[in-house]
Amino acid sequence: MHAFSISRAGHLADAITAHTLDPQLAFIAGGTDLIGLMKDRAALPEHLLDINGLPNMAAIDALPDGGLRIGALARMSDVAADVEVRGRFPMIAESLLFAASGQLRNMASIGGNIMQRTRCPYFRDETDGRCNKRNPGSGCAALRGLNRNHAIFGWSESCVATNPSDLAVALAAMDAIVLVRGPAGERRIPFTDFHQLPGSTPERDNVLDRGDLIIAIEVPANPEAHASHYLKVRDRASYEFALVSAAAAIARDGRRIRSARLAMGGIAHKPWRLTAAESSLRGISLDDSDRLRSAIATSLTDARPLAQNAFKVELAERVALRALQTAGARL
Amino acid sequence: MSKSLTPGSGGVAADKTSRDVEGKLHSPTVAVSLIVNDQPRAITVEPRMTLLDTLREKLGLTGTKKACDRGECGACTVHIEGRRVLSCMALVAMQDGKRITTIEGLERDGKVHPLQSAFIEHDAFQCGFCTSGQIMSGIAMIEEAKAGWPSAATADVRSAVHAADLTDADIRERMSGNLCRCACYPNILKAVAELARN
Repeated sequence: MHAFSISRAGHLADAITAHTLDPQLAFIAGGTDLIGLMKDRAALPEHLLDINGLPNMAAIDALPDGGLRIGALARMSDVAADVEVRGRFPMIAESLLFAASGQLRNMASIGGNIMQRTRCPYFRDETDGRCNKRNPGSGCAALRGLNRNHAIFGWSESCVATNPSDLAVALAAMDAIVLVRGPAGERRIPFTDFHQLPGSTPERDNVLDRGDLIIAIEVPANPEAHASHYLKVRDRASYEFALVSAAAAIARDGRRIRSARLAMGGIAHKPWRLTAAESSLRGISLDDSDRLRSAIATSLTDARPLAQNAFKVELAERVALRALQTAGARL
Repeated sequence: MSKSLTPGSGGVAADKTSRDVEGKLHSPTVAVSLIVNDQPRAITVEPRMTLLDTLREKLGLTGTKKACDRGECGACTVHIEGRRVLSCMALVAMQDGKRITTIEGLERDGKVHPLQSAFIEHDAFQCGFCTSGQIMSGIAMIEEAKAGWPSAATADVRSAVHAADLTDADIRERMSGNLCRCACYPNILKAVAELARN
């Protein structure tokens, strides 16, 4: 790795000031994404500020109204093992368990998980160099290169990478809130607004600015939360990014869907919420697979697959269907 | 390790990297105290030193192996405060005061750990390069299951988990962060399963 210095943050306000003033400073918590990027020379901060000692940021709190507050420094494995999380929001526990490995989940923080760089193999490749995310203005090698694993929605000529976070898909489906503290104080960012599409600035993955630090994630007590499921389909059975994944949650009257929540991963630069499908799913019986598929398809008709990933459109439909039906069986 | 950050009082400046005449970055070293296999160890390291390199190069504990050095293979697995982690992805400067256990620290009263015995009994290795990581991972994985942690192979995450009920599929899933290029997986599974279920 390149040379850098490191210090430990003792106070939140001081950490935010330091990050605001020094463009070469990076926060570090679990480090499982940042250290990898530094080893690949895709991130070269000159100063690391270890935020693990900041007080009151690692708690997992089940709120009295049925919601959930997860501190940014809570570890993936602790959140996934938490009995309240598993009972109230099964899809959140599942999204964490289907990510990375046991060792990495013990290290990685929740804030860091949703801050993971949206990436593709060309981004991590030191030798190619054609990546607008890594070297702005250098082009996109994946656009006409190996793009089987890339986006089918929301991509631009500048970037076709997908966001790797499984948790982010579940949080998007649940309309979670990202609590951020910055130089101007605290603000609440709706989860679906947190990550950005690449447009002409793919080097920006999210809406955070210098000095911003994620404090916690809040998940509201949605009526669909309990009957929820995260389904991930990948090339290997374990320890692999998603080809396509779905976070599905429903409330139902008898066998009919009263309301549905549906977000997908592996198909866009950010977690992809299927709002048209959510509307179309209302009133359909969980046993009517044909009508469920048609309803899901209303959100897939404007897919723009690349040369090698047209299979993801039908795969997305199938994954969403199975996720919805598995969620529906949980009532 | 370095002091708490106090902007405006010189805390940042004192910790900053500096550049020499060729523009190359230099960093001040940091002092770190660890408890490695029950022994206190005080060391001075560059901030970029990983726990893995520290164990192998500074402390002579070469039982922990360096393979991918990218958080992909699990060969470098050790325990920090009893939890399995990848030492190649952990900066030692961030482990001040932590209790580290490596494969060298498993022996008790002249006897190897029961999982080490099970690996021998079930012939769970060939070249042996991944073995220390497999064993460190397996020991902590069993503790995770005993604590009731679910996995991606748990049928329903809402229900309670018991280590004694772990299926083969569940053990494979929980051990998926440890790769074995010799593909000794069937025998690794047998060794870990024997300990997990008893």
